[in-house]
Amino acid sequence: MPDDRELLDTHSSRRLLTNALPGTAATDEAILATEETTAADDVLSKKPFGFLFWFAVCFVGVILLSAVLANVLPLQNPNFQNYSALSQGPSGAHLLGTDDLGRDLLSRLVFGSRVSLIVGFCGVAIGLIFGGTAGLVSGYRGGRLDGALNAFSFIILAFPAIVAVIAIVTFWGASLFHITIILGIATIPLMYRVIRASSLSFAQRDFVVAAKTMGATDTRIVLREILPNVIPVTVTFSLITVAGLIVIEGTLAFLGLSVALPTPSWGNLINEGTANNALSTDPFIMLWPALAMFLLLWSINLIGDRLRQRFDIREGLL
Amino acid sequence: MARTKGGASNTLQFRDAGTHEGPLLVVEDLHTSFRTQRGTVRAVDGVSFEVQEGKTLGIVGESGSGKTVLSRSIMGLLPPRDVIRSGTVHFAGHELTAMDDTSLREVWGAELSMIFQDPMTALNPVKRIGDQICESLALHLGMDRKEARSTAVELLRSVGIPSPEQRVRWYPFQLSGGMRQRVMIAIALACAPRLVMADEPTTGLDVTVQAQILDLLADLQRERHMAVILVTHDLGVVASRADDIIVMYAGRIVERAPTRTLFHDTKMPYTRALMDSIPRLADPSGARLNAIGGRPPDLINPPTGCRFSPRCPYAQDKCRELEPPLRTVGSPDHLFACWFPLVDGMSTAPAVPVTVSSGPAAARSAVENGQAPAPAEPTGEAEA
Amino acid sequence: MGKYLIRRFIQLLVVSFIISVLVFMLVHLLPGDPTTQILGANDTAANRAILLKQLGLNLPLWHQYTIWLNAAFHGNLGTSYLNHESVTHILATGAPVSIELILISQLIAFAIAIPLALVVSRKPNRWLDNISTTSTFGLLALPPFVVAPILVAVFAVGLGWFPATGYTPFTQAPLTNLHEMILPSVAITAGSIAVYFRLLRSDLISTLQQDFITMARSKGLSTTRIMWRHAFRPSSFSLLAAAGINIGSLIAGTFVVELLFAMPGIGYALVQAVEQRDYLVVQGISLVVAIAFVVIQFIIDFIFTIVDPRVVRE
Repeated sequence: MPDDRELLDTHSSRRLLTNALPGTAATDEAILATEETTAADDVLSKKPFGFLFWFAVCFVGVILLSAVLANVLPLQNPNFQNYSALSQGPSGAHLLGTDDLGRDLLSRLVFGSRVSLIVGFCGVAIGLIFGGTAGLVSGYRGGRLDGALNAFSFIILAFPAIVAVIAIVTFWGASLFHITIILGIATIPLMYRVIRASSLSFAQRDFVVAAKTMGATDTRIVLREILPNVIPVTVTFSLITVAGLIVIEGTLAFLGLSVALPTPSWGNLINEGTANNALSTDPFIMLWPALAMFLLLWSINLIGDRLRQRFDIREGLL
Repeated sequence: MARTKGGASNTLQFRDAGTHEGPLLVVEDLHTSFRTQRGTVRAVDGVSFEVQEGKTLGIVGESGSGKTVLSRSIMGLLPPRDVIRSGTVHFAGHELTAMDDTSLREVWGAELSMIFQDPMTALNPVKRIGDQICESLALHLGMDRKEARSTAVELLRSVGIPSPEQRVRWYPFQLSGGMRQRVMIAIALACAPRLVMADEPTTGLDVTVQAQILDLLADLQRERHMAVILVTHDLGVVASRADDIIVMYAGRIVERAPTRTLFHDTKMPYTRALMDSIPRLADPSGARLNAIGGRPPDLINPPTGCRFSPRCPYAQDKCRELEPPLRTVGSPDHLFACWFPLVDGMSTAPAVPVTVSSGPAAARSAVENGQAPAPAEPTGEAEA
Repeated sequence: MGKYLIRRFIQLLVVSFIISVLVFMLVHLLPGDPTTQILGANDTAANRAILLKQLGLNLPLWHQYTIWLNAAFHGNLGTSYLNHESVTHILATGAPVSIELILISQLIAFAIAIPLALVVSRKPNRWLDNISTTSTFGLLALPPFVVAPILVAVFAVGLGWFPATGYTPFTQAPLTNLHEMILPSVAITAGSIAVYFRLLRSDLISTLQQDFITMARSKGLSTTRIMWRHAFRPSSFSLLAAAGINIGSLIAGTFVVELLFAMPGIGYALVQAVEQRDYLVVQGISLVVAIAFVVIQFIIDFIFTIVDPRVVRE
């Protein structure tokens, strides 16, 4: 099993990347003879982000903005049942159509995005605040506390998240607050492990040792020397985790274990779209949230992946 | 030669060709370059030589001189992508450079095989060593499992691995460095090839183990009457083992001679410098290694004139402007590329060198030594 | 090998112990009187007393735990409050469905991801590689609850090639069973394909730069043989680790498709139990699924020692 320190250490990933360039040891020798570092990997990482990346950024931006401004936007009440417009296709009055109770699908879609986004971003924020801080310190300080925390995080991660979440939600009750807290807590050990590994690799670097010998305090070293270096991995991993949490929330909602109806969320909208023969009578109910979910996940993953390439982090078990 | 599909008959045809006349390997004007982001790296730049059946040729040069690329280029092992190769290689009368991969595979491992520099990386880490030997036997000699297995045991025994019956089941990481290199030799020799390319076969090993491995290789060579190309950065390694030696610098041959001649009548200052960088047991223990000053040249934009001129203590204006051809003086089998070749270890350059671009220290030490240009600058590039 | 596996096994025991404590504590997370929570406020006092005794709530906590654990070891995880079926029986009938789903989806994922990665990694950044890398990236954004309804809409409702719901045991009618299994398995396989392909591809590309691949070529081995016999195995470590981690999201996937396709698997039973507030069933299923997950991790660690003999050295 590859050591996660190696997977995350940007320095060794640079080496791996160099190795992945065309050629064998013989080529390397030839290239080495000309200059010590190949300029090639720099070229690779400075590759422009490209159209798709900016498209993804825009899409996430639009979704975020509409979720925040949902109350201000000229949208109907997502729960208003217009009995004169049942199960309609897209039209001028209802851009995405209506469901079998005459509710406006666009409005439900926009309001539903709030659940996914709150769970995704707030969950990761909880994970970052607790797990990230612990990982940063634990990786830098090492010692017994580090050993204990590390072992503990392993045990927590051995738990299949979905089962844990379902069990807890069952006994504690399904609300947006509960689900965000539970998923946030589940994120803590993940964040801890990734940031600890990264922090650990930097704690042993020369510049940190140099800062130590110059008498810098531990706090200063962690904040000034280690934190800035850990940020690339953190940002990349956080994005991937946001996508992961959105999937888990969607799964829960699809199973009817997330926010209670009639409050819309993408997961329960998809579920509604599959219930009562709706797939054959009105596939739009399912299609819009499914499409939105696909595009959102795709965008977040793409942004994360492009940043990973730019930051030169090896694609491992991140 | 154009070879088409239909492996078996071609293999026989190839084996029959063993009766051909002339040298076993003929390399003519071989060029090999790599396309990189920065430009084209000319790793091998117009190399020609021959190897006779059963003989040993040493190819010597610093790292980056193109010797490793040369050996892989001869075999055709370089990845096709971003590699440009021209010139011809004839092996046992067949033109390797004209063959496609399918035909080459019948030659590789069977007639022409390779020993790699680092057995730790060149042996598959997750395959038992026995399986790694049997593979070639099954492929080229058509042995069945049992036959291949017992042959593998014999091979391991012949390369001096104790209790080979057990060791065939071992993985590379369970063996010591020297043992691993013996396994590699066993693999290379499994199908009794006629030519073995050994690329720095002893670089990673202890000095005592180095000698054992080289002696083993020499013994096996004598037994099996195969030719060996010994690629190394260490003239000491080939001094007593090669029949002929080629010295390479920046992708070119700079001197080529029978071993005795090369050592007794060195023409090229670079060769001289290489010789002086061999540590001797007789040296006082604190003595500094005579490393060659400066760095190997950039192969994307090689220096004009003689490529060694920026580092050569005897370099003249002519050296920096005009590239010396490979030529002979007297003996026809001693070739060198130098405008002012050494005679009895003394330079024939018109003036005592004072203006050397690689640094005054180099020049001074050359003067003080009185005979050999051996810049004493201790650099990281020194390969001890 | 022994030492490594013993260490892993101890780890397995520790994790299982902690899981059992956590799962046990779940019932005690219930605010207020658990019997009211479970039975509702209107049930009779007699029923309440039975449940109290069934749960052993009058004893100290640690004692309750040992009793519960002891019963669990004897295959007694309690009974469903609703239909008085034993939890063990629910698990026994549901497990084959869920396991079959996971197995088929993984077979599909490996059958697509491995050959594709082997082909593509030989010529990275060519058109085939770019197409596969881009499209598998899209697969990452297709969780089961997004794909499954679309598959049903297109292939079951629209084209009518596959049934939209239903389950027939394999032992009764193998062909019908497989026919019914195809859509749900495909629905949970998308993410696996993407993850496996991407990991294997990037590992293969770096393995193919290794000296031992050049060495294998210099022996005259064919490309196919080199890819399968020399490059694949040393490149499969991340793949194997990912397969282990992936089981977690596969379990979630089976919940979704079992619900959507009305397949009587463990996930279906769990969701039903959650909706009916059948707490003992939720508790029992959580325990068994979590421990099964941990055991699978252990099995994967064991496979590691076979695939990579060097693991044992650590």
